[in-house]
Amino acid sequence: MFWRRRKKSKQQAKERLQLVLAYDRAKLPPGQVEELKQDLLRVLQKYFPTDDRDVEIEFEQRGERMVLIADIPVRS
Amino acid sequence: MKEGALQAKAIVVTSGKGGVGKTTTTANLGAALAREGEKVAVIDVDVGLRNLDVVMGLEGRVVFDLIDVLEGRCKIRQALIRDKRVENLYLLPASQTRDKEALDPDFFRQLVDKLLADEGFDRILIDSPAGIERGFQTAAAPAQGALIVVNPEVSSVRDADRIVGLLEAGEVTENRLIINRLRPKMVQRGDMLSVEDIVEILGLKLIGIVPEDEGILVSTNVGEPVVLRKERTLAGAEFSNIARRIRGEDVPFPDFDDPGGIWQAVRRIFGGR
Repeated sequence: MFWRRRKKSKQQAKERLQLVLAYDRAKLPPGQVEELKQDLLRVLQKYFPTDDRDVEIEFEQRGERMVLIADIPVRS
Repeated sequence: MKEGALQAKAIVVTSGKGGVGKTTTTANLGAALAREGEKVAVIDVDVGLRNLDVVMGLEGRVVFDLIDVLEGRCKIRQALIRDKRVENLYLLPASQTRDKEALDPDFFRQLVDKLLADEGFDRILIDSPAGIERGFQTAAAPAQGALIVVNPEVSSVRDADRIVGLLEAGEVTENRLIINRLRPKMVQRGDMLSVEDIVEILGLKLIGIVPEDEGILVSTNVGEPVVLRKERTLAGAEFSNIARRIRGEDVPFPDFDDPGGIWQAVRRIFGGR
């Protein structure tokens, strides 16, 4: 049945909380991440060609620490 | 004092979010600590919305309040209401007719210091108002430690994280987590954040897991904290356990996780038979 495949609601609660707390703790409104992405791209493009379509920026929990991960493909 | 005991003598009970059980927790831990032999004052700082008096069933004996002490209309001792059901438990009520601006953080800090130094209290539990504004700031001002009450629910956990940030910025450092109103059955079927999830997300040291319990509502109906009632309840037993953990006793946590574990939990909660 379809509900068996659905992710447990507590798992969703946990993932949503971890994300929202990452932004809360960093005092960064989620909507501002796009701005950060554009700023980051501008700096990076000074050094090498990058493509803004595939850039991904997100927070990730690494043990005790929250880290900001930027995944930046280099245009070949 | 035992190793592992909370060193903080002035402890604020707080949560950020309203309605998670701060007042119930304050009343029950106050009573439980007094029964363990400490001289305890519970202070309601929710000026304008006082409730600790009714939850404890002492509303009929309020004559003076916190603001009366502040404004010199009475001595501290006249405002302290002695709970006759348990030795060494006192309530200092909030004012119902004033607002939160009437209570100054510096004055409140001095008052708590005086209770500890001159009136011989061992422990002060401060029932904080909801929110992160002045009322909370005042409540936390004299505290060295905090009990952060959360419900296993996203908005409560988020607000608790915010409160912890503010407490640490204000140098309230001995902070412990109480998970309140846990429903083991919902956790088992994956529809409620578990104790482990919440501890992982908040990174706080756990001091208590209180299950959802209808006995709490019954106890507030009659104005008698569950820890003082004759009927044994899961919540009452766990509040007593939290008091013992605050005093440094190594009391195991109830384990609601494994199926059928509820009965094991009941046994453990009632003293590990």
